[in-house]
Amino acid sequence: MSRRLRMWILAVGALGFAALFCAACPRLPAFGGDSHPYGERAVRAALAHRTANVVAAVNFDQRAFDTLGEESILFASVLGTVVLLRQTREEREVPPAPARVPLPVRRYALLLLPVALVVGLYVVAHGQLSPGGGFQGGVVVATALHLLYIGADYRALERVRPVGVYEIGDAAGEGAYLVLGLAGLVAGSSFLANTVIGYGTFNTLASGGIVPLLNMTVGMEVACAVVVLLARFLDQAVEIEEESGR
Amino acid sequence: MMSVLPYLFAGWIFLAGCYGLATSRHLVHAVGCLAVCQSSTYVLLLAVGYRDGGTAPVFSDLKPGSRPLVDPVVQALALTDVVVGATVTALLLALVMQVAKRHGTVDPDELSELRG
Repeated sequence: MSRRLRMWILAVGALGFAALFCAACPRLPAFGGDSHPYGERAVRAALAHRTANVVAAVNFDQRAFDTLGEESILFASVLGTVVLLRQTREEREVPPAPARVPLPVRRYALLLLPVALVVGLYVVAHGQLSPGGGFQGGVVVATALHLLYIGADYRALERVRPVGVYEIGDAAGEGAYLVLGLAGLVAGSSFLANTVIGYGTFNTLASGGIVPLLNMTVGMEVACAVVVLLARFLDQAVEIEEESGR
Repeated sequence: MMSVLPYLFAGWIFLAGCYGLATSRHLVHAVGCLAVCQSSTYVLLLAVGYRDGGTAPVFSDLKPGSRPLVDPVVQALALTDVVVGATVTALLLALVMQVAKRHGTVDPDELSELRG
C-alpha cells in the first residue's frame, strides 16, 4: 500500500470516528455530574466489608474474578516474552563486563534501594487502606531491585536475582490467588467470595477480609513478573550476542 | 461545551495515537503510539467517573459520607487498563526484538514483503 493511499484511508477513518464520537459525547452523562449509581453502590458494598480503599474493594472483592483474568493476562504475557526472547542457536552468552559507576550515582542508588523496597512492601501491605495495592507495590519492589543495576553493575544484579526463583514466585503468586478463590468455595459460598475470614476492624491493617491476602498474592506475582520481564530484556541488551558478529 | 470537553479530549488523544501508528517509520515508535491510543481510554474512564468537588474514594483519612466521592468503579477499570497496557507493551517490544533479529530492520514499510 502506498503512503498516499494509507493517509487517505486514515483520513476517512479518523473523520468517521470523529463524527461518530462527537455525536455520542453529548449523550454521555455530563462531566462532573452527580449521578454515579454504580459508584455509590460500590462505596456502600466496600464499607459493608470494612474496606477503607474502595478501589481495592472493587478490584479484589466485588470484581475479584475479573482481577484473576487481569493477573492471568500478565502471567501469559510474561510467558510469551520469555519464549520470544530466549537465546537462539546463532547466539551466545557473554559474561557482562564490570562497569564503572560514578560515585554519586552509586551512593544514591544504593541508599535508595532499601527505601524503595520498604515503600513497595508498604504499598502492597496497605492496599486495603490507602491508594496502592498489589499491582502498584509489586512494580515498586521490582524497580527497587534494579537500582542495583544502576548503582553497581549487571553482575551484582544477577547475584540477587536468580531468575528461576522469580519465575517460580510468579507462578506461585498466580496459584495462591486461585487457592484463595477455592477457599471461598470450600467455605460454602462461591469462588473468590469474601466470606472466608472475618472483615476485621475498619481502617486497620487486618480489615477487608481476603482483600489484603489477595493483594499480597498479586504483589508477589507482579514483582516477580516484572523482574523476569526486565531480566529477559536486559539479557538481550547486556549478555546475548550474535555468534558471528563482533 | 464544558460538560463534554474531557470526552472530546480523550477522542483527540486516540486519533493522535492512530495518526502516529499509520505514519510510523520505526516499530518501537509504533508501540509507543499504541500506548498513546490506550491512554485515551484512561482519560475517558476517569472523565466519566469524575464528580464536581469529589475526592478520592479512600476512607483512610476521610469520614464516610462527609464529602462527595468520584466513581471508584471506573478507577478500578483504569487500573486494569494500565496493567493490560503494560503487558501488551512488553509483549510487543519482545516481538519487535524478534523482528529486528530476523529481518534486520524495524521500519514497518520495509517489512511489507512477507518471508517464509
